[in-house]
Amino acid sequence: MSAAWTRGEACRAAAEPALAVEGISHRFGAVQALDAVSLTVPAGRVTALVGINGAGKTTLFNLVTRLYAARSGRIAVCGHELARTPRAALAAMGVVFQSRALDPTLTVRQNLAYRGALYGMPRRAALTAGGAALERLGLADRMATSLRALSGGQARRVEIAAALMHAPRLLLCDEATVGLDLASRRALVADIHRLAADTGVGVLWATHLMDEVEPGDRTVVLHRGRVLAEAEAAALAPDGDIGAAFLALTAQADA
Amino acid sequence: MPDRSSPAPPNAAGPDAARPDAARPDAARPDPAPPDPAPPATGGAVRGRPQPGHHVRDRAVAEGDGPGAWVACASGILWREALRFVQQKERFLSALVRPLMWLFIFAAGLRSVIELTVQEPYGSAIAYEVYILPGLCAMIQLFQGMQSSLSMVYDRETGAMRALLIAPFPRWFLLAAKLAAAAAVSVLQVYAFLAIAALYGIRLPAVGYLTVLPALIVSGLMLGAIGLFLSSAIRKLENFAGVMNFVIFPMFFASSALYPLWRMAEGSPLLADIAAANPFTYAVELIRFALYAELEPMSLAVVVGVGAGFFAAASLAYDPGAGLMRRR
Repeated sequence: MSAAWTRGEACRAAAEPALAVEGISHRFGAVQALDAVSLTVPAGRVTALVGINGAGKTTLFNLVTRLYAARSGRIAVCGHELARTPRAALAAMGVVFQSRALDPTLTVRQNLAYRGALYGMPRRAALTAGGAALERLGLADRMATSLRALSGGQARRVEIAAALMHAPRLLLCDEATVGLDLASRRALVADIHRLAADTGVGVLWATHLMDEVEPGDRTVVLHRGRVLAEAEAAALAPDGDIGAAFLALTAQADA
Repeated sequence: MPDRSSPAPPNAAGPDAARPDAARPDAARPDPAPPDPAPPATGGAVRGRPQPGHHVRDRAVAEGDGPGAWVACASGILWREALRFVQQKERFLSALVRPLMWLFIFAAGLRSVIELTVQEPYGSAIAYEVYILPGLCAMIQLFQGMQSSLSMVYDRETGAMRALLIAPFPRWFLLAAKLAAAAAVSVLQVYAFLAIAALYGIRLPAVGYLTVLPALIVSGLMLGAIGLFLSSAIRKLENFAGVMNFVIFPMFFASSALYPLWRMAEGSPLLADIAAANPFTYAVELIRFALYAELEPMSLAVVVGVGAGFFAAASLAYDPGAGLMRRR
């Protein structure tokens, strides 16, 4: 492989966004799941991808993570083209899936060691980096705990720590707060914003819960596979009611 | 908010990741330690052009993409399977109980009914328990291969499979590591079974316990590859019962595991032909000859060929552009 890939590598160029998606379309048979979707996730901040269930958020995630192959358009992670240098692109991203991706039969430590190995990290390095990521998320004392013994919110934090341990430049979170109570959701959203600001990681935060969008977030509205708007949340909803702005946009598109 | 777009030399992953502060705010940034001149404010990383700090990137590639990363990945996958294996003791025991029941009950009962004349690789007429032993070894591996398939389907349903498939290594490599882990577990199970059989009184030539190892590895890989392919074809966990009925039982019964093909042909030439076309027969025969320190080239060729074919099909099925992920 010609392109560099390594843990924690900075974006290839200063101007490269953490994620650039250009003109991506995808069909499931007769259903057009995504239609010429383009969006940008800059480094160091949270970009909210909002849309109702079925809008195409998870399909987009599956294309960006190469679980599906994109047949048109371009996806680049920190300047690494996913189609041409998939390993470099995948190494530069961390992913928190909607469904649990950690092994409930293992402890937190064992899960982190395994996840680190998938990114080529020796066990000791993985546990060191994983421990630091857990500490950041307030779970440093849970290394020896079985995943089954954690609460839903704690388990999601471990998922995030696992996604961060190879120091990615892009963090993808697909409905990461699913199943959490309001307090846990708010705490997790606050953690993610702090993380983006502190580490410079670009976050794509897919959600259908509008209260998870902060006024300063870049916001991409996805509806029926199309991007309806891409702007600061404050610009989309000057009155602060992002939910109302979202409903107005989608109603207009459906009309 | 800090300007994270400011250019800086790429960090060296290995050492950086190993540092205690690797996941701290400043640690995720490029490593400031290398004494490279500061890159220009803009355009410092135009692709294809030498950049300040490019040798740092080269070093990082060597550490992050070198053989060590591949070894760490493969050993991590093997380690996880080993951990599951150790934790699921009941699974290990049940994998042993099945062949032991065949050996202690079925074979003991049929010993006086089935007469086996002298045949290769045995030097003299043998008891039925001795004949059935290689078939039971292969049966353990067959069940382990399917168990591994079941585990893959479970992982896919729960989402754990996604973590594996988005790892920055080629799919074939990740699947090969899973396959190697499944084969290693099956080999351990077979040796445990052979030890109990020896205690029961069915002993092999001492060298046979050594020479059977490569045969078990190859047959374990073939049966694991079949399981891997099936895991791509099975949409839901509930459908797995069908695998028992349509794969495991026909493969086991229509093979030379329980009866020699020549004996089978006396009763039903068609069944003997079917068994002769069954790759499981060749796994059994490969193990049978290897237990007596002999190589059966035809069996080896079939087992290797079928294993490679199913592994290639599984790799294709798990490819992002085709197969499982596209269908789901």
